[in-house]
Amino acid sequence: MIINGLEAPVPADARVSLLDFVREHLELYGTKKGCNQGACGACTVLVDGERILSCLALAVQYDGREVTTIEGLVDDGALHPLQQAFIDHDGFQCGYCTPGQICSAVGMAEEVARGVPSHVTDDLGVTEIALDDDELRERMSGNLCRCGAHNGIVEAIAEVYAGSGA
Amino acid sequence: MIELTYSRASDAADAIRRAEAEGARYLGGGTNLVDLMRETVEGRTRYPMLTRAIVAGASAQIRNMATVGGNLLQRTRCSYFYDTDGSRCNKRSPGEGCDASEGFNRMHAILGASPACVATHPSDMCVALVALDAVVHLQSTAGERTVALGDLHRLPGDRPDVETVLEPGELITAVQLPPSDFAAHSTYRKVRDRSSYAFALVSVAAALELDGGTIADVRLALGGVAPKPWRAWRAEAALRGRPATEASFLQAADAELAGARPLAGNAFKVELARRTIAAVLQQLTEGARP
Repeated sequence: MIINGLEAPVPADARVSLLDFVREHLELYGTKKGCNQGACGACTVLVDGERILSCLALAVQYDGREVTTIEGLVDDGALHPLQQAFIDHDGFQCGYCTPGQICSAVGMAEEVARGVPSHVTDDLGVTEIALDDDELRERMSGNLCRCGAHNGIVEAIAEVYAGSGA
Repeated sequence: MIELTYSRASDAADAIRRAEAEGARYLGGGTNLVDLMRETVEGRTRYPMLTRAIVAGASAQIRNMATVGGNLLQRTRCSYFYDTDGSRCNKRSPGEGCDASEGFNRMHAILGASPACVATHPSDMCVALVALDAVVHLQSTAGERTVALGDLHRLPGDRPDVETVLEPGELITAVQLPPSDFAAHSTYRKVRDRSSYAFALVSVAAALELDGGTIADVRLALGGVAPKPWRAWRAEAALRGRPATEASFLQAADAELAGARPLAGNAFKVELARRTIAAVLQQLTEGARP
């Protein structure tokens, strides 16, 4: 498996979740364990560019795949534009959900670019989807924030992926 | 501690061969749920109720990692089933008893349940698939066979631990949708406690073909109310040939829900299902959002 551009042999123990693998084996502590049962989104990582929940994934299933965690979004020490936007818009309070929110939003933007419809997309035939407020909130509903920073989170994501209009 | 080994199959035949090992289980993760709708825009609009059911399920992250076969085979959902330390559950330990039937059962079944088990099948996608007469293709060392999706899941009866008609080791290799002349005029509505990322209290998949003001044909299925994706045969029979009016819709809903056996905590689902069925059929009649 390739994690953040570096080769990492998958664990010999098939029980290890992808989440525990990146945190406990590779010591990449940016990815957070919230509920560990697929309800909160804190453990969201990107696999071949698609967002998934690492707590529900066995690491061995992702042998040969390319995994990106929050640490991998930093470009040569410079923050990812979304990380900067979260700072600018107070997109967090305690910060525990933040890595998952940011990885999720990166994957979400790719889905929108590919024209994947959501629950609130009116016309299933459209190929270009405007990331308005309803679309953004629906598409980010898999990431919970108990501090209640959702307004700042939506503003930060909108600034980077939807212009300032969302 | 349970030891676990993982091996990757090269194809279906290889998977079936490997599954013969003692204790072997298939693991999903290959076929992407959203592939069904991502294939082409045409596919998306050909079966709108299926697309809408898929995007109403779980979260984007879970949809990305889920598989079609895994969605079909997910267990029914009940918090007492998960509570291994404090609750009795006939699905977990057959014959032990069911704490849900007299307990907190707001999310539980009103149709098709038994005294042994009142859990609901949580899939959204399956509700659309059962309405579309989907066919499930199976393969094993014994050969290949097909099963109608409506016959894949068992009602609990006195054996709630057995949820499907799959034989041990059988692998789902494909789900086939027969061509439909009127599936394009269909939709899926999910009623839940919050507007996203929650299981259905009640959901309705419906397709409608009108001849003037008369219902020429109809497909109707319910989610969140039964141990399996629930095809509303009685309601469909009550609708064919009738005028497409609210009175017909409510009458058909009543015909289906006459068999409802609500529990202490979920009687509201009967009226909710009744109104949702009528609202969805009204929406399709008016040709609103497909």
